[in-house]
Amino acid sequence: MDSKKNKYLKEKAAEIRSLILDAVYYGGSGHPGGSLSSADIIAYLYFDKMNVSVENPHDPARDRFVLSKGHCCPALYAALALKGFIPVEDIKTFRHIDSYLQGHPDMKKVNGVDMSTGSLGQGFSAACGMAKAAKITGSKYRVYTIIGDGESEEGQIWEAAMFAAHYKLDNLTAFLDFNGLQIDGNIRDVMNPTPFDVKFQAFGWHVEIVDGHSFEEIDNAVKRSEGLGRPVMIICNTVKGKGVSFMENKHAWHGKAPKAAEYETAKKELDENLSKIRGEK
Amino acid sequence: MMADTATRVSYGRALANLGGKYDFVVMDADLSGSTHTCMFAEKFPERFINCGIAEGNMISVAAGIATTGMPVFASSFAMFAAGRAFEQVRNSVGYPHLNVKICATHAGVTVGEDGGSHQCCEDIAIMRSIPGMTVVCPADDTEAYAAIEAILKYDGPVYCRLGRHPVPVVFDPESYKFELGKAVPVFEGNDCVVFATGVMVSKAIEAYDILKSEGINISVVNIHTIKPLDTETIIKYAAKTKHVVTAEEHSVIGGLGSAVCEVLSENLPTRLARVGIQDVFGRSGKAGELLEYYGLTGEGIAKKVRTLLGVSK
Repeated sequence: MDSKKNKYLKEKAAEIRSLILDAVYYGGSGHPGGSLSSADIIAYLYFDKMNVSVENPHDPARDRFVLSKGHCCPALYAALALKGFIPVEDIKTFRHIDSYLQGHPDMKKVNGVDMSTGSLGQGFSAACGMAKAAKITGSKYRVYTIIGDGESEEGQIWEAAMFAAHYKLDNLTAFLDFNGLQIDGNIRDVMNPTPFDVKFQAFGWHVEIVDGHSFEEIDNAVKRSEGLGRPVMIICNTVKGKGVSFMENKHAWHGKAPKAAEYETAKKELDENLSKIRGEK
Repeated sequence: MMADTATRVSYGRALANLGGKYDFVVMDADLSGSTHTCMFAEKFPERFINCGIAEGNMISVAAGIATTGMPVFASSFAMFAAGRAFEQVRNSVGYPHLNVKICATHAGVTVGEDGGSHQCCEDIAIMRSIPGMTVVCPADDTEAYAAIEAILKYDGPVYCRLGRHPVPVVFDPESYKFELGKAVPVFEGNDCVVFATGVMVSKAIEAYDILKSEGINISVVNIHTIKPLDTETIIKYAAKTKHVVTAEEHSVIGGLGSAVCEVLSENLPTRLARVGIQDVFGRSGKAGELLEYYGLTGEGIAKKVRTLLGVSK
């Protein structure tokens, strides 16, 4: 990846993070931790990898994205807003009674959302369905999905993992947002779903392990893993709450909104980071 | 007289015939020989997906396929399609109102020997509680075949309840017309109306004959679509007969009986009795024996009618 593209993606990710904060602050609730940890993966998909367009949002040939860990939709809404699928100012209506921006993604309400998700494990299966449909019809689109590490405690994740490998869904690329934390604490303490790499390998997947905040590593892994005849799992080592120092690696920030002072502090930090990125050569 | 046929067989036949005319996908969870989706699989293997024994995954995969514009039929036993995979049906299919047809066979006690663990008598109740879900329960071979074609042409989620046990063919395939959401009057009588669904339609017809010989004239109305319910026809017959009996191979809690009670208590309070499974689990036995055991017979319906009318045999 050239430095210009890298800088561009960093900028987009920073803008996404800023909008995540707006969403959960003005919404008064939501899930900042996992939204922030998955922001770079979503920035990469929407601003580099995926073939989607605002002009033709329902194009049958478009790539698909399923946010299986649907509670992290502030990151998805932010990307959709920055792409022009929804107005940026609507982000502040997140979770409000009169808003179409539901607490979890609703494909019937939000332009650009390919699948309604929220109940953990189900989006991963739906992504498999989209990939299988392309195999049946001979369509060339790819399907991308993000699952959570805590989400991987759901049995359905492994049913879908079996399905994708069995049907050789090499048009499916999944990202595992491995931030190590879930609502009740460290995933290893709550119900250890690790190791992920050997498990997905044993299920028949091609597995890559990357720094989930490095666009270069993500991009290299994605490119390496296409055309191998197997579904792809990119395990992304991430930091929960990434980009807001007081939220980082704190499971308490899984699902709560910042107070006014916290919001100001977080926005200041994110703004400074954005200015720094913009100043880079 | 046509041979008794299980509606699961009608389903398999319909899929295999319609598969040549329409573009759709069929899924199963390792029960294709029992649900009869195997008939489609043999003819159209490229559009058949076996998901193995993982019903929850099957329903969400079906939803994913449906987002691309292709209708999907997903089958398993009622216990697993509506029971185990309830939440996937609710959230992956119902919430986004996707074009998935959940065709569940082996509903009710006529599953037979497998016993209570496999006899789902709660599926109508749980499926009709999902917003936007259409719930269909065909009575015989003719109606099941027609229903499958109708739900294929309808764009939206459907739960279709099918049976394992062969049942009499009561409708003439030459003349029968199926319309989603439209009740089918079978007999006209002024003393009582029996609203029946699924296998109980042929039992209601038996009850008509039994009661006629005793001088009691009942109406029999086939309610093949439990949601959306044909409230107009239900109110019309309740007004005409003043006495209502419902008959279903399902729990009396939440099924057709409950649905009719809801309509009538809000619109036209009417004396009513429910024939169905009386809040108990099933048990092993032959299908016919179980129908007798639980009173799901022509005489069982006739008895309820007599009680309601205050007449003794």
